[in-house]
Amino acid sequence: MRGIGVGTGSAAGPVARMAPVPALPAPRAVADPAAEAAAVRAALGAVVTDLEERAARTSGTGSQVLSALTMMAADPALADRAAGLAEQGTDGAHALATAFDGFRAALVAAGGYFAERAPDLDDLRDRAVAHLLGLPTPGLPDPGHRYVLVAEDLAPADTALLDPERVLALVTVRGGPTSHTAILAKALGVPAVVGCTGASELADGQQVLVHGADGVVEPDPSPEAVERAAAHEHRRRELLAGFQGPGRTADGHPVSLLVNLGAPHELAGAAAADAEGVGLFRTEFLFLDRAEAPGLAEQAAAYRKTFAAFAGRRVVVRTLDAGADKPLPFVLSADEQNPALGVRGLRSAVRDPQLLETQLAAIAEAARDSTAQVWVMAPMVSVPREAAEFAARARAHGLPMAGAMIEVPAAALRADRLAESCDFFSVGTNDLAQYAFAADRTLGDLAELLDPWQPALLELVATAARSAAGHGRPIGVCGEAAADPALALVLVGLGITSLSAAPVSLPGLRAALAAHTLAQCRELAGLALLADDAATARAEVMSRMSER
Amino acid sequence: MPSIQITVGSSSGLHARPASLFVQAASRRQAKVTVGRPGQAPVDARSLLSVLALAARCGDTLELTASGDGAEEALEALADLLSSDLDAAA
Repeated sequence: MRGIGVGTGSAAGPVARMAPVPALPAPRAVADPAAEAAAVRAALGAVVTDLEERAARTSGTGSQVLSALTMMAADPALADRAAGLAEQGTDGAHALATAFDGFRAALVAAGGYFAERAPDLDDLRDRAVAHLLGLPTPGLPDPGHRYVLVAEDLAPADTALLDPERVLALVTVRGGPTSHTAILAKALGVPAVVGCTGASELADGQQVLVHGADGVVEPDPSPEAVERAAAHEHRRRELLAGFQGPGRTADGHPVSLLVNLGAPHELAGAAAADAEGVGLFRTEFLFLDRAEAPGLAEQAAAYRKTFAAFAGRRVVVRTLDAGADKPLPFVLSADEQNPALGVRGLRSAVRDPQLLETQLAAIAEAARDSTAQVWVMAPMVSVPREAAEFAARARAHGLPMAGAMIEVPAAALRADRLAESCDFFSVGTNDLAQYAFAADRTLGDLAELLDPWQPALLELVATAARSAAGHGRPIGVCGEAAADPALALVLVGLGITSLSAAPVSLPGLRAALAAHTLAQCRELAGLALLADDAATARAEVMSRMSER
Repeated sequence: MPSIQITVGSSSGLHARPASLFVQAASRRQAKVTVGRPGQAPVDARSLLSVLALAARCGDTLELTASGDGAEEALEALADLLSSDLDAAA
């Protein structure tokens, strides 16, 4: 079978298919309610077994996450509710969906940490429904060994979770030479074949040989062909192994690769990542779900834990960003008509200066006991005076590096003035997009405006980066944009000096940087800025990358 | 049936980790244990999702009720667990 080839190598291995999320079929009449209830319980049991098998193969944080999921899937009240609905005549798929959605609604209503579990329930529901309908389990496969990933198409969210150590090659039914899959394959250095309509026939576990150069996918290849591919794969792994340590472009221009950190349970995974430190340490976890703000000692203890895990490395602490989507009773007055435009981030320090004072004192105390290079930055800075006041307060506590988030367009436009008092900047692309495009970032309907490839957003980043460079200040990106290898090249071309993302995204970023010179990054940035919209910017950059 | 009221001790509330420790402990008991806010319908203490859906924050009052073999001991042990700061044990 044949499609459009990406990359040059060949790779052989067993197929693992990524199945789509099962659509709920139309409700149907149930002839045997008792059998339907038994099928519902069996489907949940199968999900539990799957998760237990995966947990047994995983260690550390991953295994804890899986065991929490397992407990949810094995929940007796969930099974009783779903089976009860089936006994009353609801078909199994709808009984499962209704039971899950009932708990989901309760968690969402509870807010905070509780609401964060809602995506877990969606994932478990999809798995249970797939088992019930006899469909393959949705989501990225996890066969426990290296595999050739076969999918209908890949979305950015899927690719962010791909383990480059496990994926031998990519084959997608849809997609073209500039699709996300193609770019990912180039970034990871694996061969890919996209737009391969025949791939729908490949089965899990079937051996295939994937030729990136000519776009051919050979099912059940000869041993000799597999051997040749294995030799190539060996060379690629040696190359990937060479991509370790500090990030740099092909011509040696350094770009710090950092991790984002937001909750204590992420700490071990983040610290184990091959990263130069933490680019964004969100401190909200200390403040959520509480009636009163935590005291100095409690905060210092939490910061100390993080700084100890990153001894000798950089940790950029963002002070409390309350407001809008993260309301706290002790920070905000209740009724603002537009909370995203209200008293949030650093602005809350005007209303309650002690909150920020205590936090800075706690960070400084923890930093004194640690070898971590502790930087602090303020969220929602709009004018130079705010940045200057924040920096002065931080320095009064003995914190040597004080910076500002660039997430309000006014701050990006006047970064030159902000740089006079700030030691560094960090661009939060998600909020910057929301404010630049007057588009609520929680509204799916406005996704196109919020696309991080929007040239106007990149223009703001470029302006801030130029100002930072003029004052010799580092400027990082810690939004979603930094996790996309192709967009990361554009950002580096615009003058960004560090990228902060989830640990899993770093190998792809590191590989993409190592394959491009700074001049090439600048060329890609120029192409993106010239485009009229996000889709064109992405297409132009990707097609230039594919030419190489 | 014996019952007892406690104050949630986990600093970040009865969310994922503290809730799962509690549910695991309840599942190991012979006695049937329920938990809920006083005056409201209680839920099965072996159901993680039901316990999470209580959305109990630090300082909230919960009522534990037990029946069957070892009800008293189960109540005592689970009440201790709920009152302590399970986050600090991390």
